[in-house]
Parts: sequence; C-alpha cells; structure tokens
Amino acid sequence: MAFSVIKGKPASFQILPLGDAAIVVKFGDTIDRELHHNVQALENYFAHHCLQGMIEHVPAYATVTIYYDPLQRPFHDLDQELRGIIAELAAAPEADPRIVEIPVSYGGEFGPDLEFVARHNSLKPEDVIQIHSTPDYLVYMIGFAPGFPYLGGMSQRIAAPRRDSPRLQIPVGSVGIAGSQTGVYPIETPGGWQLIGRTPIELFRPREIPPTRLRAGDVVRFRPITIEEYNSSRAKSR
Amino acid sequence: MSIRVNRPGLLTTIQDLGRYGLQQYGVIVSGAMDPLALRISNLLVGNEQHEAALEITLSGPALLFERDTLIAITGADLSAVIDGQRVPLWRPIFVKQGSLLEFGSPIRGSRAYMSVAGGFDVPLVMQSRSTYLRAGVGGFKGRPLQTGDVLHLRSASRFATRQLKRMSEKDSERPFVATTWFAGLDLATYADDPTIRVISGGQNDWFDDESREAFVSEPFRVTKQSDRMGYRLAGPTLRFIQPRELVSEAVTVGTIQVPPEGQPIILMADRPTTGGYAKIAQVATVDIPVLAQLKPGAQIRFLTISVEGAQELYRSRESIIQRLGCGIAQMNIEKQ
Repeated sequence: MAFSVIKGKPASFQILPLGDAAIVVKFGDTIDRELHHNVQALENYFAHHCLQGMIEHVPAYATVTIYYDPLQRPFHDLDQELRGIIAELAAAPEADPRIVEIPVSYGGEFGPDLEFVARHNSLKPEDVIQIHSTPDYLVYMIGFAPGFPYLGGMSQRIAAPRRDSPRLQIPVGSVGIAGSQTGVYPIETPGGWQLIGRTPIELFRPREIPPTRLRAGDVVRFRPITIEEYNSSRAKSR
Repeated sequence: MSIRVNRPGLLTTIQDLGRYGLQQYGVIVSGAMDPLALRISNLLVGNEQHEAALEITLSGPALLFERDTLIAITGADLSAVIDGQRVPLWRPIFVKQGSLLEFGSPIRGSRAYMSVAGGFDVPLVMQSRSTYLRAGVGGFKGRPLQTGDVLHLRSASRFATRQLKRMSEKDSERPFVATTWFAGLDLATYADDPTIRVISGGQNDWFDDESREAFVSEPFRVTKQSDRMGYRLAGPTLRFIQPRELVSEAVTVGTIQVPPEGQPIILMADRPTTGGYAKIAQVATVDIPVLAQLKPGAQIRFLTISVEGAQELYRSRESIIQRLGCGIAQMNIEKQ
C-alpha cells in the first residue's frame, strides 16, 4: 500500500485557529483513507522540516494540528506559510507505511467477551479470531491514551456493541471491539469495550523514544498466538 | 536531607510546565494548572521558569524541612504557616532546618505552587518532571504525594545558595526569614466571577444563533465535576442546529467543547490529546491561570476576542514576565 496525495491533485483544505497557540489544517470531516493520505503527506513533510515557532504537530483522522509559539510568529504568518507548503505537497513522493505486527492471545481469561462477540454475530469464536486477524489495519491517529491506536479496517462481521456497564479496570494489552472499531489498551484504564484477547507487547514505553510502539500512518496486523507464546513473550520482556 | 511529607493534602503533585512534543503519540501535556504562578515561584528562588514545583490543591500538605531550604509559594492563598506563623506569599522564603510547613483553609484561589531552590530531584520522564497521573509515570513515582514520602532536592543555583546563606545569617528567632519585597501578585486574578476571554471555536457555527448569543451573554457555573482534566460547566443549554458528528481531532488547554447534551466542558492541564466533541470556543492563553484558580461554584462569563487580540495579550503578558524575572534578579542582588 502506498499513499499519494489524492492522485496528484492539490488537496482541498481549510486552516483554522485553535486558540492563540495552535492552528488546524483540516482536509475534511470524515474517516476516509484517501483523505487521510493528505494528513500523512503533511506529516511526512514535518518529519523533515521544522517551521519557525513550531512546537509539535498532532495528526488526526482528517486534520493536522500544529502547536506554535505566538511570540515567534503571529497566526496569519503561519497560516500563509502552511498554505504554500500544502500547495507544494501535491508533488510529494509516496511513502510506504511501516507494518507493525501485534501478537494476540485470543479468548480465555484474556478475552472474556470473545464468546459474546461470536454469539452476537452468529459466528464461532474461531471465526471471530480469523476475521479479526486477517485485515491490514490503518492507524489513523493515536489518542485517548498514550499509544492507543484509532484503527480503520475492521470487518463489520465482528462488530459488537459496548458493554452495558464498563469495566473498572481493563488490563494493559487488552484487545477490544466497540461498535465497528477495534483497538488495544496501552495502559490500565476503565472502559466499555468487548475484550477478545491480549497482547504481550508493550504499546506504551515511557522510558523509550518514541514512547509508543505505534504512530499514525502505521499498518497493524494482529497475529494469533497461544497462551504459552504469550507467557514466554511476557517473561522475556521483563 | 530533604523534605518529608507528614501529611499529603488533598492532591499534591509535582508539576512543571508540561510535556511537549509527544501529543502525536497520545502522551498528554499535563503540567501546572496555573503556569503563571509556577513560573513566578521558580523565578523567586532562582530556578529556570519551567522547573518542577509542588502543585497544592485546596487542602495542602504538612512538610517537614530536614535541611535549610530556599522556597517560594505563589498562586492560591491556602493559609500557609511555618511552625504556626503565617508565611507571606510571592517572595523568597528561607526555611530553617527542622521547621514544619502546613496549610490551612483556602482563602483565595484553589492551587498554590511551592518551588524549592534547585528543584525536586525526580527523574525526567519523556522530557518532563510533571506527574502523569493516569499513566502512573513522571513526578514523584507517578502519583500524588503520600504520608511518609521523602522529597530530595537538586543543588540550588549559585545565586540561590548565596541568597540562602545571606538570609540564614539574619538573626531571627523565627523558623523562617522572608524578604519584605514581593513580586507577581498583581498579575494574578482571583475573582469568583471572572470574565474569560475566548476565541471562536472551529465548530462555533454548528450552534444555533440563540445558543451562540447565550454563550457570551449568560453566566456559567463551574460544577463539582471539575478537576485537572477539565471543568464541567452548568448554564444555558447550547443547542446544535442539527445533530452532527465530529471526527476526533486535536484539543488543547482551554478548548471549550460541547457534548450533545449541551453543557460545555473546558479542557485543562490533564486533557486528552484528542477529542470528538464540537468546539464552541477556545480560552485565550493569558486567561488559563484565572480558570486554574476557580473553585466549584464560581460563575464565569465569556467574552469573544480575535486571534490577533489574544496573541497581543499573550505577547504583552510574556513581556511583563520577562521584566519581572529581570526585576527579581535585581532585587535579590541589591536589597539583601
């Protein structure tokens, strides 16, 4: 899979202030892979260029938000520069995404809701595992918690509603489904997702740079592993 | 030789100016709720402005000083006493070894900052010493202070060491020595009914005319569901012209978002990096410290200004802080 800025056409976009110290480049208002190409193209640009006064940039589904120091430049000045950059981006080279494999021990104590998700969709638990571990998922953005990926690409055949009452603690590494979304919990947190498995790999590693395994634009593949593989992998990482 | 926590207080955490550069990884900024008070408390003890200090919330801790220490307390007036004697705020204080600093009832504001010369000896985690409560990292062991914790200090600057020596030589029966001059108080606002300046938000036009008018003409109350993550407000219901979904995008400190039920939330220091609610407005950076000092029950009003206007306020505030820092350095050299 290679990304290009909407087939060589200049992207349509809006630039808005987010207060007095941040600026939003908005390519649209839907969740859409084509549209996300533009986000990735601008992110690729920022991977190689620092703008004057820029503190950081945050990609999301359809936007890139840039935090900047208003002492270094006023809003309209950055606005103008960004318009120029985005116009040039149409000719940006294609970039191959990074592929990150996430091993998952499905079912059992790690996936207490696997049976529910299967029943809800009139499937066998093995089918849910097979369907969940087949596609290439795109990491549209990281948010909600450190290293938590907003993934696109889950099959509607394993969609399931959130739990009626959220769990107070969801263990680190839990893989869940909520509606037609799937995700992995990098830290322990309360949550209402249906849990189908757990990964032994750490998605949030605060002592490393970068501190998370995933970043926006990555492609994720889930690989089923046995509980023994899970345990030996955990033992190794300790 | 350090500071021992005899009582932790309601919520006492180590905070600096926040953790920047990692929001794209979902790592929140956190940091001091009132960055202005933090910066000034650091300047007063000769630290860099971004150094980590204690953020003390409403009901403060009891801290035993196990060595002579130069401190400053800024922000809220939470009735600080050392060995029973009232401690003045917004100035350098020499605290004698063996003295006990305690806090009483909140008189004005809700968050105080205590800087120590040299700063607290806690590790930098992801380039910051701020406590990231939800992830359990940063600050002191990733959590609020508890009884029995011992806080170690890093070496004070030469400037602060000289200051400490001079103040300790003053003959005094008191458990502490304070300067007669003070700085920064005039920059702080502690009204219970402040007007908060805002810039129009990205989805302002999703709201009907009546709601947009109500937003800037009616007061909103800060509810009890208010913490370091954000303040839930109660006021006129803000209605959407039609139900619309926003796909998640970045949010920042001071973002005023409105969930479908129509009561706004102001995001504060521990906000998530992204959010999916419509943003009606965004608080001007210079008014964040005003919000940080509000208590539940406070009434606020919003006044819309332009981005340019907010940036002008930002620049003039920074210029005042710069001159204040320069002035404090002069006072410390000349007036002791």
